[in-house]
Amino acid sequence: MTQDQCKTAVLAIIADIAPDEDLSDIKPDVRLRDQIDLDSMDFLDIVMELRKRHGIEVPEADYGQLASLDSCAEYLTPKFNALTAKS
Amino acid sequence: MPSLPRIVITGVGLTAPNGDSLAEFRGNLLAGVAGVEWIDVRYMGRQPAGVCHFDPLKYQKKKETRVGTRAGSISIYCAREALADSSVDFAALPKDRVGIYIGCTEHGNVETENEVYALSQFNYDVKFWSHYHNPRTVANNPAGETSLHLGVTGPAYTIGAACAAGNLGLVHATQMLRLGEVDFALCGGVSESIRTFGIFAGFKSQGALASHADPKKASRPFDKARNGIVVSEGGCLYTLERLDDALRRGARIYGEVAGYCVNSDASDYVLPNPERQAECMRKALAVAGLAPSDIHIVNTHATSTPLGDIQECQAMAAVFGENCPDTWINNTKSYIGHAMGAAGALELAGNLPAFSDLVVHPTINIDELDPLCALPGLVINQPRKADRVEAILNNSFGMLGINSALIVKRFSQ
Repeated sequence: MTQDQCKTAVLAIIADIAPDEDLSDIKPDVRLRDQIDLDSMDFLDIVMELRKRHGIEVPEADYGQLASLDSCAEYLTPKFNALTAKS
Repeated sequence: MPSLPRIVITGVGLTAPNGDSLAEFRGNLLAGVAGVEWIDVRYMGRQPAGVCHFDPLKYQKKKETRVGTRAGSISIYCAREALADSSVDFAALPKDRVGIYIGCTEHGNVETENEVYALSQFNYDVKFWSHYHNPRTVANNPAGETSLHLGVTGPAYTIGAACAAGNLGLVHATQMLRLGEVDFALCGGVSESIRTFGIFAGFKSQGALASHADPKKASRPFDKARNGIVVSEGGCLYTLERLDDALRRGARIYGEVAGYCVNSDASDYVLPNPERQAECMRKALAVAGLAPSDIHIVNTHATSTPLGDIQECQAMAAVFGENCPDTWINNTKSYIGHAMGAAGALELAGNLPAFSDLVVHPTINIDELDPLCALPGLVINQPRKADRVEAILNNSFGMLGINSALIVKRFSQ
């Protein structure tokens, strides 16, 4: 998986948990919470959906890695690829 | 209660299986239009139920409906409709002086059942359990969601009172307004119960769940062939104010809370107690300073169960049996089933317009009246014009033996 594909996967999750938001112009290097209405429970939703949809675990200590699309891709892409390699 | 502030109803917001506004609801009650349909209940299959068809997105964002509960959506819809109906300048109200008091039969069954079912898809590994479980299932959820939505910082909580809860929402708001705890109240009852199989299965196991080939005829209080309860969802919230405040702002007044009583059977988990029901009505009349003959409409609680309907009729006969030639009796569950925590509040709303049009809506679905339910004054299948409608008594009873009787009278200075 590339980092762009990873961002697409994350955006698909965000689209479901923030259905009122326009995600067409999300800036990848800016904190998600500064661009769209996301609260702490929504971030737990992102973590849960990564677990449910992709089998990816994000430990609580790493929640900060999900701040922006860029940081998500940086942090999650290796995890996606590790899962692919396992399977 | 001459020394206590007078409390009046100034707005109504509702959603019922046969109407999403008071005008639509009332129109269908007068036209004999029932609102029961088939739904698919998990593990049980097709059941008759009362389903509301309001649009949650009229007032909520999609995210609110995703995160919140059905009871929360019903509450928010009813609250916003009631506020609009009251014409109050809500933006100008001090939000810490607004109270939200919402009656519920139960809350949390729907969410818990859904989450357990979802967990079963993940082999019951609790790391997949929703972090929304607790905020969705706390007993104050519908009131809390409404306070969040409206920015109300005053007291907002639910009142658990089984199927008497809708009446208790109004009773409690009346008390809080009289005590000066709040200056403006949103109150009534809500139910999301059609979304939990447990309610249906529980009534089925109890031998109290309705069945009929035609869902619109499944709820038939006082009919000889009645065989149980139709479970429904719904909501009705009122705006209540002290009379002085309502007059000061020129509010339209639907009626005045004249009296009420809440008591307990202390006799059985599920079986009603006619003696305590009669006592409840008599005490409400005493508080209102009215005789039984002063009541012109009695809305019965009757849920279409073989025994419960007869027992309420025994209580009614004891209170209104003689010398009440102008007392008319009806039942709303025959149209919409049993809206549980919303029932009392919804059923009162359906009768309030009678203060203006003097028409008593009937009890429908009576093909053969059970002689044990043949109360004088029972309005059957067709509306009836009354000579006068000065006071309405609204019965609402619930499991564990909670009874409520609420009396609302026509407003006059």
